Amino acid sequence: MSKYILKRLLQLIPVLIGVITIVFILNQLMPGDPARMLAGEGATEEAVERVRVEMGLDKPVIVQYINYLAGIVTRGDLGTSYKTGVPVLTEVLERLPTTMILAGISTLISVGIGVPLGIAAATWQNTLVDYAASGLSFIGVSMPNFWQGLMNILVFSVYLNWLPSSGFYGPRYWILPALTVGTSCMATITRTTRSSMLEVIRQDYIRTARAKGQTEYQTIVRHALGNALIPIVTIVGLEFGSLLGGAVLTESVFAIPGIGKYMVDAITNRNYPVIMGGVAILAFIFSICNLVIDVLYAYIDPRMKSQYSTKKRKAEVTE
Amino acid sequence: MAKRITPATERAARIAAKERSTSPVSPAKAAWRRLRRNKAAMAAGVVIVILLICAVFPAQLAPYGFDEQNYAVAFTAPYKEYPLGTDNLGRDILSRIIWGSRMSLIIGIVSVVVGLLLGGILGAVAAFYGGRVDDVIMRVMDVFLAIPNMLLALGIAASLGTGLWNLLLAIAISNVPRFARIVRSSVMTNKSMEFVEAATAIGASNGRLIFKHLLPNSLAPIIVQGTIGIASGILCACGLSFLGLGIQPPTAEWGMMLSSARQYIRSNWWMVTFPGITIMLAIGCFNLLGDGLRDALDPRMKG
Repeated sequence: MSKYILKRLLQLIPVLIGVITIVFILNQLMPGDPARMLAGEGATEEAVERVRVEMGLDKPVIVQYINYLAGIVTRGDLGTSYKTGVPVLTEVLERLPTTMILAGISTLISVGIGVPLGIAAATWQNTLVDYAASGLSFIGVSMPNFWQGLMNILVFSVYLNWLPSSGFYGPRYWILPALTVGTSCMATITRTTRSSMLEVIRQDYIRTARAKGQTEYQTIVRHALGNALIPIVTIVGLEFGSLLGGAVLTESVFAIPGIGKYMVDAITNRNYPVIMGGVAILAFIFSICNLVIDVLYAYIDPRMKSQYSTKKRKAEVTE
Repeated sequence: MAKRITPATERAARIAAKERSTSPVSPAKAAWRRLRRNKAAMAAGVVIVILLICAVFPAQLAPYGFDEQNYAVAFTAPYKEYPLGTDNLGRDILSRIIWGSRMSLIIGIVSVVVGLLLGGILGAVAAFYGGRVDDVIMRVMDVFLAIPNMLLALGIAASLGTGLWNLLLAIAISNVPRFARIVRSSVMTNKSMEFVEAATAIGASNGRLIFKHLLPNSLAPIIVQGTIGIASGILCACGLSFLGLGIQPPTAEWGMMLSSARQYIRSNWWMVTFPGITIMLAIGCFNLLGDGLRDALDPRMKG
């Protein structure tokens, strides 16, 4: 098992190097002269040149690339913000907890509502419950989350005055943004759970469970859900990526001081290192999350666990 | 003994003849018949056609120009003359939504076409040659897939700059890995089929095998994913424009309309409501049509 985790960890390395490479290429394509931007407005030519040499921007692209890669690996150096002169990593790490709280609560909401809703829709297929769940998930998938955020503000803050419309100071402030980010994931999770459960419910062992007199609750929860979990876990992992993307837009709608708003403000200020640094960090988080999902599989799916333990047993035999 | 012709046998013969004449339908025709029975998909198709008409003839359909300002009627709530109200510059929101359909549909459709061309070729080549080629192409695609779609598009759009074509390119590129995967897996399944073997036996070139035999037979999942891809392209374009990375004013675009309406949300609900409903409608309809096409093109996949 630990061998499997190690293998997946090693596989992560080339992917991360690839991500850094893409970010580097995007950095190169950016308009404007980074040395001039860093030196600040009205800097003399010498000052600009000095920054250029200091940053190694006078070197050939391939050297710059290697330096960039080495900088990230050794110091976590993602560049310096044009606006504040502070390393991007420092500023991102300050804002990371906020974004993670938002993403975490959204995941909880989407799984907490999506999975039960999907199970209900599959258990009572072609009834009112099923149609309601399908309708809800259809609306959830189609609704752009930045617009949903605006609508949530309009209804719950402006008209009903129940919840605050901006800021991130406590649980009361978390509800609307988390709901906004979580809805489309919830919709996808509902759909996946429903179809996965429907497939499992038709299997023979469910009929067996029913035939031997298990209660319906036991059949659904013990026998069906466990086997339907794998596609659900996959989709939760994949959706986490769109959730992070959604968080960028949602943070800007609700003025939440997380990585997303940091990046969006950078777009307005043409603060390119911040945009690219943000993309890189979120891609890192997404990759690590996918790794965790892959490891989770091995725990959920006994077939996979046995695959690894039988290999081990075989190895012991041959020894 | 002469065969007695009764009305019943005559009717049966007529039905049989009719069936004979129609039974060898092409797969496309059969799929169309199945699609026509799907009411939701057909309704979505009708809405999409309406949106397409709006995109092609905005000048004829919109009551006002997309940038026709009239300060005297700024912030007018919806009423007879301005059915969806006006914005801060007194521009008619309905007209701007109609003009905006042009941007969204161009971006949605063209980004899918470009993404499919690039991704399709990469995926088909990877599946066809296999081995090293497959490994290299798919590992590069995996790297792109490690960056969430929206963020990749955001990064590309930020480094290319604003404007329609850059936005289009950003979304198209971020679509490539997904399409490459779909085409690859679809070509992989067809590769071992007998018709490919037959074509190889009569000496078809690799290019001919890929483009004449493998790709046309892998079309069903490509069409389905392409349709759904249009929806996500529209969503992505509106999101980037909302952030100020896409279409720039004064052009009418749905996402940008929302972003400029944000500051007036407290007093003018119509400014933020109607462009959003339009985006939702467009995305929902392309998704419904995609689902319908999947059921119609491959009845086995119907869940």
